[in-house]
Amino acid sequence: MSTQVAFEPLIGSDTHSGKSRRSIMNAPIARRAAIDALRKLNPIAMMRNPVMFVVEVGSVLTTVLLISDLARRLPNTSFDLQITLWLWFTVLFANFAEAMAEGRGKAQADALRQAKSETIAYRIRFGVVEEVPSSRLRAEDLVRVSAGQMIPGDGEVVAGVASVDESAITGESAPVIREAGGDRSAVTGGTRVLSDEITVRITSNPGETFLDRMIALVEGAERQKTPNEIALNILLAGLTIIFLLAVVTLQPFALYSRAPQSIFVLVSLLVCLIPTTIGGLLSAIGIAGMDRLVQHNVLATSGRAVEAAGDVNTLLLDKTGTITIGNRQASEFIPAPGISNDRLADAAQLSSLPDETPEGRSIVILAKERYGLRGRELAQLNAVFVPFSATTRMSGIDLEGRSIRKGAADAIARYLREFGGGLPAEVQSVVEGIARSGGTPLVVAENGRALGVIHLKDIVKGGMRERFLQLRAMGIRTVMITGDNPLTAAAIAREAGVDDFLAEAKPKDKMDLIRREQSEGKLVAMTGDGTNDAPALAQADVGVAMNSGTQAAKEAGNMVDLDSNPTKLIEIVAIGKQLLMTRGALTTFSIANDVAKYFAIIPAMFAGAFPVLNALNIMHLRTPQSAILSAIIFNALIIVLLIPLALRGVKYRPSSAAAMLQRNLLIYGVGGVVIPFIGIKAIDLAITAIGLA
Amino acid sequence: MTVNGWLQIAVFFALVLLTTKPLGKYMARVFEGRRTLLDPILVPVERLLYRMTGVQREDEMRWTEYGGAMLLFSLATMLLTYVIERAQHILPWNPQHLAGVTPALAWNTAVSFTTNTNWQSYVPEQTMSYLTQMLGLATHNFWSAATGIALAVAFIRGIARREMKTLGNFWVDLTRATLWVLLPISIVLALVLVSQGVIQNLRPYATAQILQPQTQTTTGPDGKPATATISTQTIAQGPAASQEAIKMLGTNGGGFFNANSAHPFENPTPFSNLLEMFAIFLIPAGLTATLGEMTGSPRHGWAVFAAMALLWFAGVFTCYWAESQPSPLVHGVEQRASLNQAGGNMEGKEVRFGIANSALFATVTTDASCGAVNSAHDSFTPLGGMVPMVNILLGEIVFGGVGAGLYGMLIFVIISVFIAGLMVGRTPEYLGKKIEAYDVQLAMLYLLIFPLIILCLSAISVLSPGFGLSALTNQGPHGLSEIFYAYTSATGNNGSAFAGLSANTRWYNITLGIAMFFGRFLMIVPMLAVAGNLVTKRRAPASVGTFPVTTPLFTALLTSVILIVGALTFVPALSLGPVLEHLMMHAGQVF
Repeated sequence: MSTQVAFEPLIGSDTHSGKSRRSIMNAPIARRAAIDALRKLNPIAMMRNPVMFVVEVGSVLTTVLLISDLARRLPNTSFDLQITLWLWFTVLFANFAEAMAEGRGKAQADALRQAKSETIAYRIRFGVVEEVPSSRLRAEDLVRVSAGQMIPGDGEVVAGVASVDESAITGESAPVIREAGGDRSAVTGGTRVLSDEITVRITSNPGETFLDRMIALVEGAERQKTPNEIALNILLAGLTIIFLLAVVTLQPFALYSRAPQSIFVLVSLLVCLIPTTIGGLLSAIGIAGMDRLVQHNVLATSGRAVEAAGDVNTLLLDKTGTITIGNRQASEFIPAPGISNDRLADAAQLSSLPDETPEGRSIVILAKERYGLRGRELAQLNAVFVPFSATTRMSGIDLEGRSIRKGAADAIARYLREFGGGLPAEVQSVVEGIARSGGTPLVVAENGRALGVIHLKDIVKGGMRERFLQLRAMGIRTVMITGDNPLTAAAIAREAGVDDFLAEAKPKDKMDLIRREQSEGKLVAMTGDGTNDAPALAQADVGVAMNSGTQAAKEAGNMVDLDSNPTKLIEIVAIGKQLLMTRGALTTFSIANDVAKYFAIIPAMFAGAFPVLNALNIMHLRTPQSAILSAIIFNALIIVLLIPLALRGVKYRPSSAAAMLQRNLLIYGVGGVVIPFIGIKAIDLAITAIGLA
Repeated sequence: MTVNGWLQIAVFFALVLLTTKPLGKYMARVFEGRRTLLDPILVPVERLLYRMTGVQREDEMRWTEYGGAMLLFSLATMLLTYVIERAQHILPWNPQHLAGVTPALAWNTAVSFTTNTNWQSYVPEQTMSYLTQMLGLATHNFWSAATGIALAVAFIRGIARREMKTLGNFWVDLTRATLWVLLPISIVLALVLVSQGVIQNLRPYATAQILQPQTQTTTGPDGKPATATISTQTIAQGPAASQEAIKMLGTNGGGFFNANSAHPFENPTPFSNLLEMFAIFLIPAGLTATLGEMTGSPRHGWAVFAAMALLWFAGVFTCYWAESQPSPLVHGVEQRASLNQAGGNMEGKEVRFGIANSALFATVTTDASCGAVNSAHDSFTPLGGMVPMVNILLGEIVFGGVGAGLYGMLIFVIISVFIAGLMVGRTPEYLGKKIEAYDVQLAMLYLLIFPLIILCLSAISVLSPGFGLSALTNQGPHGLSEIFYAYTSATGNNGSAFAGLSANTRWYNITLGIAMFFGRFLMIVPMLAVAGNLVTKRRAPASVGTFPVTTPLFTALLTSVILIVGALTFVPALSLGPVLEHLMMHAGQVF
């Protein structure tokens, strides 16, 4: 069995690339979809979609009539035959659209299933290791996994640390570290340990693993209609009933007018009027939306969450890792009066040599790059490292007569007071200046004297400002969450361009903020990875857990980002919006189409009895038969032509609601009125040219 | 069409435009229980009424209770009117000694006035006593209008309130609508109408000598021609002005006389004509501002007003244009408007109103669910007559009936917001309230009931030569229009008649009664349920990302949805009726 699962669609997925456009309509998926389209004719399944069910009933009705006409050898059945065929095509095209949308998911599910194959697990029971098939593992079992072995099920590392290849799930080939305790303890069944050995406590029973859920999701097996989809379905069913009424009562009016109509014509009129375009593409749009999310390596546990993503009013973003690059970095040494730059740099470097934090390392690097100070071996210096403690809030180093300390200004000031000194006013003003600018000042002192200040700076990720601007244009408020003090937070918030910030935030503050926003009627989205994020993830309307995070976080959120990329939230919002927009656009288009269809069919129906009604035949369609056929052919073909749009989603550019509405109404509303006039006329010309009517 | 005609139409619209905001704000104050100028006089009356009836002002009602109270009130008063009609021959104020009304007609009329339809299958001055007119019918003019306003206010509260369960108190809303809104305006309007010559008395009918006695030849029962000389004329009298004011203001439309607002005792001068049309739109237009005021979004109120105004203008333009066209059947004759002739189609129109004011009146009375007429819609050109028909078919939401117009329009707003709201990439919301499956279901039910009643009853009627077609006086597409118009008018609670249909038969009295009853009350149930559901929802704050319901773009969208969803249902029927008739008339064939 192959260990490296080919999982093409997840890797390097970029919906805008030409490659993915080809993959929307690729040949093997299309072939499989064509067969599925026939299978979906099952009326019990069709009843889930009231609009297409009516079309199917109409098709059956005309087929029965056609057979009886043929049996009685009635002349001129060619028109009736064509109508019947096109009615069936309408149903099949809609089924094909749905099958196409499911196709890609099915291909992905097949790939995932390979990873799910049976493996041997080394279960630890009463201190003894025994070999059991992975399918017999239950929650709470302990297993040992060594280098080269497959992790047999979802679980939590309880002992050891290992590098794990998670490419089967994420498509990312770089191994990740998984270790007991902390926020990187969750492992997924079907991934492979590359080095070392870990003990895993299994957390899920067979059939309920992450991989199982993922397969079910991408395959759409458990697809429930989302709330908005249900509402739209009701609207479409309502319109269908209204048009059914209009057509059924038309026959009495026609009889009164002494111009009765054939069932074929009446069914054609009905099918043209009911919103088949959106009715046929509705479920495909939903499946494709979920699929787009999967292509961005995000798994949503429900379609509801994807819809909610489109509605988000407030985005909570952690500062560190999301808005700024990981950690703060030293950017400058500012000496106190009478102290040389070199002296400050020397003391700063010495005090940071044993400091393994990223900030500490960045100080050493700055000293080396800017002042040419090379790293020194601590052992040679005979130094004693003074680690950071919560009580002193300083760290430093003691060596031959030198006692160097660095820390926050207030901590150092207190330290200096012990020597009877204090922070010089100049240093104090530098400290305040740095804090105001959003940086973190660290004061360095030696033997009771302040030497100067290290400027630690938060680096805002490139391009974040523009993204926040886009979000603001869409009416979404961004709130930065940080443990920094308010002054620092405000400065970074200003630099990054977020709308608001929550400083000195504790997990409970985050929760309170979410509740407060929600009580104002807003929908909140956030990302998180730690166990302490779990309550907030559960409370948020859209909670995206990082795949690298803990099991608790993953279960609390309603989405998991396999790439563990916090900025993904912005794409998720866009996908949610695009999904809703596609539905709205095609609904509008579908309803607007009716105007042209009336102009095609009504004169055709009654021009025989009342030639004056030809005045309404503004498209100058050749004959009544060609007019009705053209309308029904247009109605069927438009479904096929719009499949790529349904699968890809309508074009989405972040802008205000008013601008989006204007643009989409113009394209899909006005376009929906105009296009069928052109289309029906063209089909009429074509079918009369080849003599079909 | 003449400049003078358009000038008069412009004056009418300017009046509506000017009064919308002040009246709307005033009504918002009345229904929010804030202080108004009339409080010193009316509050004691109100308190007295509540003390007598045991109504507790603070008792708030859920939508089911609100609807229940409304139905109870309507059914009780409907029964009262039925009894008065049936027993009018033994009751006072019947100087003409008119007989008790037959059961089918009494049912039809009782339903008709209770539902604010005021369809009249009878000739009032020959059928209804003064007591019946005043106690049985005029009272309903107030009550049905007040009920409509109360329902609209309840719906507005459904949108404006957040996370609540109740929509207000029906009895309080009903009382306040009557005391603060309908009565004061009616009194003023009635007095002004009297100044124009509208009569107000309880005298027996007058008899006048005809200056030129007429000889009429008829076919007697034995088949031989008989001649009779007519030298006197009976002139009906009665308390017309008091009923006329509320007939227009409450968009009721039931005429005191058979000729309705074409009768010189109901509508004597062009000025009274202007006032009557203005009174129809006064409250419905004002309610759009009340909507804006109570929901805290005055611009949304104006956006809804603008959609109504657009549809009104389209109607009056088409109607006026169609009626001003020269007849295609008359050749070689000068047909243009001049000092000597109106130019165009004057059949069935009063000379003192002319084409512009007849077309405007027909448009206004059918935009709203009034149904008063100052000309014979049956005599309009096919396209001119199609305008009133389409106006009613849209659901009478172009300003519409008092209250009913606004809540009908708001159902369309919900559908528009749902269809297009998705296009801004959010689940649809209306003024911050999410529109979900349940709301869509009820809104669609509301929209479905209307064509269901009209199309089914019309279809049955045209298929039955015995009871349906026998009442027709015209054939062909015009006959279809007549039947179709009758059910449209009844279901839409309009009450205007296309005439040409002898509707005072058992079949039409009963089925039109059913159409009126369900056209009002069956539609109110889902409407109130929507309000009852919306009121429980949170209201999300507006941002640049929310669907804009205050812009001209929204107005355009709403108008298109009304035209496409509202009118497309009826296109097949209309194309076999007025459209076909129009085309055939131009081909030289009339009916």
